[in-house]
Amino acid sequence: MTDIEIMEGITEVVREALDDDTIILTSKSVAGDFTGWDSFKHITIVVATEMHFGVKFRTAEIESLKEIGDFVALIRKKKAA
Amino acid sequence: MLASHLWWLPENADWREDLRAIGADAAVQWPALVKLANCRMDFVRTERLDKLAQSKFEAAPPPGMPVVRLAILGSAMVSHLIPAIRVALLRRRIWAQIYTNPFGQYLQDLADPNSALHAFKPDAVLFAFDARHMLGKIDPSQGAAASARMIEEAALRCKDLWDIARSAFSCRVIQQTVLPVLPNLFGNNEHRLPGSPQGMIARINDRIRQLADEGGVDILALDARAAQDGIAQWYDPVLWHRAKIEIAPPMSPLYGDLVARLIAAQRGRSYKCLVLDLDNTLWGGVVGDDGVENLVLGQGSAAGEAFVAFQEYTHQLSRRGIILAVCSKNEEAIALVPFASHPDMVLKRSSFAAFVANWSDKATNLRAIAEQINIGLDALVFADDNPFERNLVRRELPMVAVPELPEDAAFYAQCLADAGYFEGVRITGEDLARSGQYQANTQRDVARQSMSDMPTYLKSLEMQMQAGPFDAVGQARITQLINKTNQFNLTTRRYTEQEVEAITADPDAITFQVRLADKYGDNGMIAVVIAKASQNPNELMIDTWLMSCRVLGRQVEQATLNLLVNEARKRGYRTVIGQFRPTEKNLLVRDHYATLGFSADRQNDDGTNLWRLLVEDYVPLETHIKVGGI
Repeated sequence: MTDIEIMEGITEVVREALDDDTIILTSKSVAGDFTGWDSFKHITIVVATEMHFGVKFRTAEIESLKEIGDFVALIRKKKAA
Repeated sequence: MLASHLWWLPENADWREDLRAIGADAAVQWPALVKLANCRMDFVRTERLDKLAQSKFEAAPPPGMPVVRLAILGSAMVSHLIPAIRVALLRRRIWAQIYTNPFGQYLQDLADPNSALHAFKPDAVLFAFDARHMLGKIDPSQGAAASARMIEEAALRCKDLWDIARSAFSCRVIQQTVLPVLPNLFGNNEHRLPGSPQGMIARINDRIRQLADEGGVDILALDARAAQDGIAQWYDPVLWHRAKIEIAPPMSPLYGDLVARLIAAQRGRSYKCLVLDLDNTLWGGVVGDDGVENLVLGQGSAAGEAFVAFQEYTHQLSRRGIILAVCSKNEEAIALVPFASHPDMVLKRSSFAAFVANWSDKATNLRAIAEQINIGLDALVFADDNPFERNLVRRELPMVAVPELPEDAAFYAQCLADAGYFEGVRITGEDLARSGQYQANTQRDVARQSMSDMPTYLKSLEMQMQAGPFDAVGQARITQLINKTNQFNLTTRRYTEQEVEAITADPDAITFQVRLADKYGDNGMIAVVIAKASQNPNELMIDTWLMSCRVLGRQVEQATLNLLVNEARKRGYRTVIGQFRPTEKNLLVRDHYATLGFSADRQNDDGTNLWRLLVEDYVPLETHIKVGGI
């Protein structure tokens, strides 16, 4: 899976979760950039991302997810394994 | 078939577009929202739909929609479940206002009369406690006595909370069972280790069920759901450690639906009748084309056994009080052949309160069935294997529930069960006898159609009425009737079982519970009346008068009024005042008091019409009912 495909998948999840189809993500995007992405929505997005890609993040891994680039890198690693 | 995605609901390929269209439309459109809430969806979409509904009706709930004020009192994180509960109630045309306590502080919230909870004034309270909170500190090596004591204490803590909530708010109470989230210590024979957390959870749940049955509290059976879906679906330890979320967000649509079906059932809004198609629904094949001898039904093929199993399930539903009906595109004579002659049929012609087989469209036929059985269209569930018929009915009659039956008949029963249409909260003897009563009713109707002379017909019924004041024996059924009767209900005042108990004990209240039997069978308790002194001297006010529509047109009202006026006279009242409070569903009784000879008195500001009857002028009304005491 390429980083572009992963980014597209995450964008789809985030758009659906935040109810905003105009959202464009970059690898430097963080939760604070978007209205409505609070700690509650963050859990929705993490869980929905796991389901979208068919992966499971470890407890410690979730703590390290800050920028969208971190999501992409983690998913790439999991899909390659 | 993911229960978490509500698999019994139809998929909507245009879901996003529909949502966007509602969002863009400034006019308030709750039927469109209800329609969208009746589509299959995951938790992300559920949150989205909730956000839209909230934004549309932030200021005031949709006009005419019943409102429930639900407080969820939890020990861990529950706020992620709120959108799904609201959407699931929207699915049932109920608007929800939901409160939840700040993290874990439910006890302070309940105890402090100045708390936000008290200001909120819930009419339903859901207690949702996580497993660790319920267990407290336990030692697996502790003996049987210590474990038993802890189980009893945990269950009694719940009971105390129910009592506090009910005395503070006169609300309905729902208690969630404890999810079995903890791993085994001992293995297959876990129950032999008295102090095992997993074993204790099972026993706490047993004890809570007992106490809930005694106390009139309804159970939200998450433990049973986890046994069916797998605990790994419901509980994700990562989320527990991260945010004290015990119920995994992807399960929230199902959780919300479980809560909503309970709340609907408490308000008498469960579905009451299952309308079944025949060809490829009750048996494989088309009887008119294939012939009865070639139907796929019974031993010999896996598919044939699956249809038998589905018939057995519907038969069991009927035995617990769900009315069955048939709606089939067929020649009636041909449709009846399997019932008469196929040896593997579980259902018989007599299993159905209505049997409609013709070539009219199914929406028209469902209307006719509802009328014949005398229930609302919103009490019907329509099960049909044919997507065309399902969609036609969904479009024409959005109030009818239409499950998206899967292609394989082996899953039909599970589909109906997962959908929870027939959620029950209280079993009364009447529930178990009801299905038979509706069949007897249909026989009576047939007799009525063939007899043009109504008095002769009524006389031929040999009706016997038993009436008496409320008592402990009748209490459960009285409460049930008070809370679920919508059509023949003059005031639609709902009372809890505790309130009914208080009315029973009040020597100044005049109450009647009325039962009716005739030569076709016993209808059980069919009418309830509560009357109290008004503020004016010598004036009796009828607070509640309701009757089951099963006995419409049988002169029960007249016979009941005779009893009421007689009692009023005995107690020295000179006037009886009747009230009619109009609702969406009770137009049937708009002229009730006029018909009985009351004269119009006045209209209150809230739209209630008052009617007056002078006791001394009253001449008992003639009926064909023989009246006796209970």
